[in-house]
Amino acid sequence: MLKPFCVCVYVIWLREIRKFARERTRLFAMLGQPLLYLLIMGQGLRAIFSIDIPGFDYLSFMYPGIIGMTILFTAMFASVSIIWDREFGVLKEVLVAPVPRSAIAVGKALGGSTTAVIQGTILLLLAPFVGISLTLVAVLQLIPLMFLLAFAITSLGVLVAARTETMEGFHMIMNFIIMPLFMLSGAFFPIGSAPEWMQPLMKANPVAYGVDAFRNIFFAGSEVLDFIVYYPLYYDVLVLVAFSTVTVLLGMQAFRKVD
Amino acid sequence: MVKGEGLALIEVKNLHKTYKSIAAVSDLSFSVDSGEFFGFLGPNGAGKTTTIKILATLVRPTSGTVTLNGYDVVRQATDVRRSIGMVFQDPSLDERLTAVENMELHGMLYGMQRGLMKAEITKLLELVDLGDRRNDMVRSFSGGMKRRLEIARGLLHQPPVLFLDEPTVGLDPQTRKHIWDYISEVRKSRGATIFLTTHYMEEAEGCHRVGIIDHGRLVAIDTPSALKKSAVKDVLTLRTSDPAVAVAIIRDELGIEPDLDGETITLTAPDDGESYLARLVALIPGITAIGVNRPTLEDVFLKLTGRDIRDEPVSALDRMRTRHRSVSRRGKH
Repeated sequence: MLKPFCVCVYVIWLREIRKFARERTRLFAMLGQPLLYLLIMGQGLRAIFSIDIPGFDYLSFMYPGIIGMTILFTAMFASVSIIWDREFGVLKEVLVAPVPRSAIAVGKALGGSTTAVIQGTILLLLAPFVGISLTLVAVLQLIPLMFLLAFAITSLGVLVAARTETMEGFHMIMNFIIMPLFMLSGAFFPIGSAPEWMQPLMKANPVAYGVDAFRNIFFAGSEVLDFIVYYPLYYDVLVLVAFSTVTVLLGMQAFRKVD
Repeated sequence: MVKGEGLALIEVKNLHKTYKSIAAVSDLSFSVDSGEFFGFLGPNGAGKTTTIKILATLVRPTSGTVTLNGYDVVRQATDVRRSIGMVFQDPSLDERLTAVENMELHGMLYGMQRGLMKAEITKLLELVDLGDRRNDMVRSFSGGMKRRLEIARGLLHQPPVLFLDEPTVGLDPQTRKHIWDYISEVRKSRGATIFLTTHYMEEAEGCHRVGIIDHGRLVAIDTPSALKKSAVKDVLTLRTSDPAVAVAIIRDELGIEPDLDGETITLTAPDDGESYLARLVALIPGITAIGVNRPTLEDVFLKLTGRDIRDEPVSALDRMRTRHRSVSRRGKH
């Protein structure tokens, strides 16, 4: 039972990676959006958010949020591509194979996470331009954290896609899941400074913990750390692990029933 | 029709499938032997695809039992899946991967050993004439080529049964014939049992046995020639210089009441129509033309269901499919 499961996960993952490697235009298209946010929103808001804390710069505050955004978008798009797979029949080939269907959910989530981490890692190259100097150790810490956030998002995406039958459903996901997750992620403003009613919503958002975890690494040892981060790193990691575990299990369960 | 228990590869007993109180399949019982080329014939929406989906473990039966290769489709689904190759009605290839990659992913899913898989892929791609396109993206393939690749893929893990659900729907007549040639080639060289669904009569003619399904019920199951014999008689047509005399001779000598329509006489032969040809020529002077009309499966279908299979309105999906395929085809086969 375990071997066919792993084989299926690997096959689905391999499919995603091969296609991703082939479509370099997608890679660059996905980088356009974060650049726009950093250049226009970042520079524009920088002037207003001039808080009188020495060493604080809005652009470098927003930068981890933009990495979180890129991972959110890439991971979500990758996992809801299951809807396409179903529309174009690719999924049927796997459904009729002698492998557990739940493995489709895991393979898809891992494939989407891998591509999202590649995108996120490329964005790390921009760090010097927003005034952050990254050490190799920081990069090595960031990669698993990016993967953790990506896996939480792809698991959620797979769970939603398993229950979505049509392309129309995809736009619903766009408007009612991705955008709120993005805006409530703390990418633009810290959780602590948000209005009372909004804070619980932000605290229920997995992306916020990812962004908070990134900031923990980016601003480690900085005097502004306490102002910028909301939770300690271990707490962010714990929440993301718990969230991923629950959603991936639900996603696997949902796929057992797909026909 | 019931064969020895050990020989049947597919055994369906009292199969029912109901969707929200609508019966898609009711009380279906039949068996398919090892090595047989079996055709399931019926109009769109008759229950063909539902049946094939149940056999392939994609849909659970409401009641009844189905065993395939000795395994129960509900309780031993994984064993059943390993025993079948499947070519779906709609394409299920990954267009952004190459032909070989599509084949490899399939072989891996079925747990094939790598060396065997590589050898089989080369052999099968040659068999369906795609050897020189093996490293091309499926996106660039014509509708016929995609079908061939799917047939090759379905055979890769060497299943005892290959299911073909409407394998030629939406393809132009020339490509259909091509696909058909490949299927018989595959059958000869691989010796696999083939279970086919179709609503094209010509395609069912080539099967060992045909099951006719209508409104979810099996209305007949037999060899094409036996079906034709049992359901409809041969019709003879002749023209003579003196039709009135000919009518009288037929009535007196053969004891058959012919129809006279202008100059043309038609009569229904009680048995094999061809045996009457020589007798009629000898009996009737001045015959200018004579012919025998053998019934087709089309006539059988009309007789058994009271409807012409072509009367069925083509579904919107079918039309879309045809359009989609003719757009993606670029004159290649």
